[in-house]
Amino acid sequence: MTILQFILWSVLKVAVVTVVMLLGIAYTVLLERKLVGRIQNRWGPTRVGPFGLLQPLVDGAKSFLKEDIIPTGVYRPLYLLAPIIALGCALISIAVVPFGAPVSVWGSPPLFQIADVNVGLLVILGVTSIGVYGIALAGWSSNNKYSLLGALRSSAQLVSYELALGLSLVGVVLRAGTLNLRLIVEQQGTNGILGWNIFGGFQFVAFFIYLMAAFAETNRSPFDLPEAESELTGGYHTEYSSMKFAMFFMAEYGNMINVGCVATLLFLGGWTNPFGNLFGASHIILVQALMPLFWFVIKVFSFLCLYVWVRGTLPRFRYDQLMNFGWRWLMPLAILNIVATSLWLAYC
Amino acid sequence: MHLILFLIFAGICLAGAINLLLQTHPINSALSLIVVMTSLAVLYLLLGAEFLAAAQVIVYAGAIMVLFTFVVMLLNAGREERTLGSRVAKTIGFPAVTVILAVIATVILHARGLGVARLSDGITSTEELSSVLFTKLLLPFEVTSVLILIAILGAVALARHSEGSENPQDSAERTGK
Repeated sequence: MTILQFILWSVLKVAVVTVVMLLGIAYTVLLERKLVGRIQNRWGPTRVGPFGLLQPLVDGAKSFLKEDIIPTGVYRPLYLLAPIIALGCALISIAVVPFGAPVSVWGSPPLFQIADVNVGLLVILGVTSIGVYGIALAGWSSNNKYSLLGALRSSAQLVSYELALGLSLVGVVLRAGTLNLRLIVEQQGTNGILGWNIFGGFQFVAFFIYLMAAFAETNRSPFDLPEAESELTGGYHTEYSSMKFAMFFMAEYGNMINVGCVATLLFLGGWTNPFGNLFGASHIILVQALMPLFWFVIKVFSFLCLYVWVRGTLPRFRYDQLMNFGWRWLMPLAILNIVATSLWLAYC
Repeated sequence: MHLILFLIFAGICLAGAINLLLQTHPINSALSLIVVMTSLAVLYLLLGAEFLAAAQVIVYAGAIMVLFTFVVMLLNAGREERTLGSRVAKTIGFPAVTVILAVIATVILHARGLGVARLSDGITSTEELSSVLFTKLLLPFEVTSVLILIAILGAVALARHSEGSENPQDSAERTGK
């Protein structure tokens, strides 16, 4: 396969994945509004299409058509760069995530993963680290006390919980022996649901640490003090309007989807079938190729529903409680998990 | 292919470094340093050190530079003002830097027994790196960890000391007035 063919297939994969990701982000917003509505005993959006399904499209059109206000005192280069960094990092992480089994068609590179990198897990952690700049620069460049405070709180929270996030994933890497995401998933695929890292790998503590660190990383309830409207008048995105605000919004939901994808790959068995070989592989080639994709999407969807469920249920943390929790409880617990996993792997 | 990528990213790295020096606002300098760190990560990747490239992005560009940016934002450092620059410093400074660079380059190019690193397709996997790091280089690894711990303790001790230095008499006088 020549370089040109590789580039063409990669461009096609990137285009499809980006479109699907952006649609997914838009419909995650709808999912949240409907689920939070049902939790609060009301319907959520229902008017704009059957069951409110065209609501995200209309919201997108509204964002584009709104007046774009740029206050005069802002530091323009960074004010315009910050939402780009935020949304860019949210969209880049999806490049190393394998959605389905390594299937090739007509001599193409594997179709369901854009880049099969040996250190794929570290790429995702690295892009998460860079995403902090979107928030920090947005708050500072807005020339507004509330924005600056919200941005500093949010960046401190993100940097603190990145530690617990990374440490909770070390247990999985120890068990798999590799940082390659495809190999981690394949290693879990042997026994159906019992082979998943959360059950067979005994990584349930790591899963819960990851869950809490992920809620904090994406600035979602119950860790959403930096953007709580009643506390900080909007935090770091106070001075942003229309499409730039929509970009921060999309970046937050994009990060939710990324975190869901990573949790699915590392703890819930990725694209493997929970029934294992119980029912045998299907005879139709197309179904056999697309079933892994279906399982992956189901798992990420259930993870997103969990996210929204927690948002609709729990009150938010106070800032000092949040930092206390991250440094004094989650991080030592994650280190204990690594020690326990190492001992288990060495002596069992 | 590797050579082209090397030239591009080395150029970006140098441009970022020179921009760091020429900018007047510290936040622009911090962002240029981030560009330098990330292009260094790409250069490590071109040499085949994939773990090191990822670690460079995560640790340097993603954590250390975030703290630099915090400091700039919290101290609200404004634009640098042109003070009475010294012309003597400029006339002696630039040639001196060139001379030092030339000396260092000559020493490195004439050194023997340094080993070879090439822009090649070979990738050093994380397993190879860790098998060297935890067997042959174990002592330097552990000593570096202790060194970082000492640095953290020193920073905490310094930050604490400046808080407790206020005299109770002074604060009583200040509140009285």
